[in-house]
Amino acid sequence: MTERPILRVRGLTRLYGRTVACRNVSFDLWPGEVLGVVGESGAGKTTLLKCLSAQVEPTDGTIEYDTRADGLVDVFALSEPARRMLLRTDWGIVHQNPRDGLHMGVSAGGNVGERLMAVGARHYGNIRSEVLDWLDRVEIDTGRIDDRPDTFSGGMQQRVQIARNLISRPRLLFLDEPTGGLDVSVQARLLDLLRQLVASTGVAAIVVTHDLGVVRLLAHRLMVMRGGEVVEHGLTDQVLDDPQHAYSQLLVSSILQV
Amino acid sequence: MTSDETTAAFGAEHVAGYNFAYLDEQTKRMIRRAILKAIAIPGYQVPFGSREMPLPYGWGTGGIQVTASVIGPDDVLKVIDQGADDTTNAVSIRAFFAKTTGVATTERTAEATLIQTRHRIPETPLREGQVLIYQVPIPEPLRWLEPRESETRKMHALAEYGVMQVSLYEDIARYGRIAKAYNYPVRVHARYITSPSPIPKFDNPKMDRNPAIQLFGAGRERRIYAIPPYTAVESLDFDDYPFTVEQWPESCALCGATDSFLDEIVTNDKGGRMFICSDTDYCAGRRAENGEETAA
Repeated sequence: MTERPILRVRGLTRLYGRTVACRNVSFDLWPGEVLGVVGESGAGKTTLLKCLSAQVEPTDGTIEYDTRADGLVDVFALSEPARRMLLRTDWGIVHQNPRDGLHMGVSAGGNVGERLMAVGARHYGNIRSEVLDWLDRVEIDTGRIDDRPDTFSGGMQQRVQIARNLISRPRLLFLDEPTGGLDVSVQARLLDLLRQLVASTGVAAIVVTHDLGVVRLLAHRLMVMRGGEVVEHGLTDQVLDDPQHAYSQLLVSSILQV
Repeated sequence: MTSDETTAAFGAEHVAGYNFAYLDEQTKRMIRRAILKAIAIPGYQVPFGSREMPLPYGWGTGGIQVTASVIGPDDVLKVIDQGADDTTNAVSIRAFFAKTTGVATTERTAEATLIQTRHRIPETPLREGQVLIYQVPIPEPLRWLEPRESETRKMHALAEYGVMQVSLYEDIARYGRIAKAYNYPVRVHARYITSPSPIPKFDNPKMDRNPAIQLFGAGRERRIYAIPPYTAVESLDFDDYPFTVEQWPESCALCGATDSFLDEIVTNDKGGRMFICSDTDYCAGRRAENGEETAA
């Protein structure tokens, strides 16, 4: 493991007018590590993720990313072209709703191959074979490469989205409720797949969810948010088995036992 | 030359009550400034204040404004529509300029200094000093891929052209080849992706390092762009699916040309059809030449 964190966040605050979306969030994310962010609806999880992935500018605080060329760099001090390049190559964002992350009018193959073409791949055969390889890795029947994602089930769309992001071999992946809206058996398969991909590619990831089962399976570390602030922070098992903050205790005790 | 001098010099030639070439001098200046900027940044779309012209949008209001701004009393004008000099649009625009400027008009590509065109580039190679003016309906090549103007401008600024390649990928995945036959996207001077206007892709190679100045005017969309002489224009493709042009099973039924863009004409309802050159001047020129040879 390298000595530098891949992402260093200090005092991150985002206000919408006088409404606090998230306040004074600080953490380090290390290469290959998966950080879970949990909390109830409206706790500021999604805003936090949008700030971290440079889609929304924070009101205060810094986000530094360990770029391949220059080491730790403030993401919002980068020029816009550099930031957009980062978003397309070094980072991946898996949206809660696949419609936000996929072109529904473009075939699955086109969606998955877009990042390759965006950075200059100009050989159809090579793009095609790499796309097929990734569809196979996310367990999608390669015969459906030319079908449009709107003919796919929710779980398949989510997997196409994951393949689309991982094809550029990103170092940092943002996952916003990756299993939201999927039925439990599909959720389980998707989580299994994600866990295996994260382990095999060594990508660092931030997973935002309200589902404690998801973080238990995926995340090494856990942040519990409430009202825009981080109320508890620690190793996943530690937080889930021995929650300290009253809200974490409530959250853990609210899991339905089957 | 000021407008008064122009009028004095050519007063007898063109219809009274209008400024030379219909547009007022201030407007022409504004358009010339846009043209200069467009030539300075090959392939970049320059916004301009498009005026209302005495013909409907879609009939060449952009091209006609560019022509009106660059035309001078010594110019010789040729207007073509789909390669033909004798179609309604071409005839009307040629008559319009003959009336409002009194300049000489021609149907011969070689004799013209200004050529306004819709949907074709003449077959006769252009030379230095000629200006080719295209009528453009949709100047934005990324429009069908990204509907937001703010976003397409940003994509041009940052040269983010991945989506264009994706659209070609989709063609190959679906049809086994790049199916775009006209308005085939080009990259100008290895920088801006540009719409060549709805010319057949057959004409794309003619744009590359062409000695003539190529100006593009889109009246409704209010954009002017340009390709200066001898500028590299590359049609987008894949390494293993290279750009190709159309081919025909026959040669021109009238002049026998094998190297020109052919239109398929249905001659009767019993399946009769013939292929003839879309460029009427080129076809007529070849026929005249062949006729002379047979006579001699």
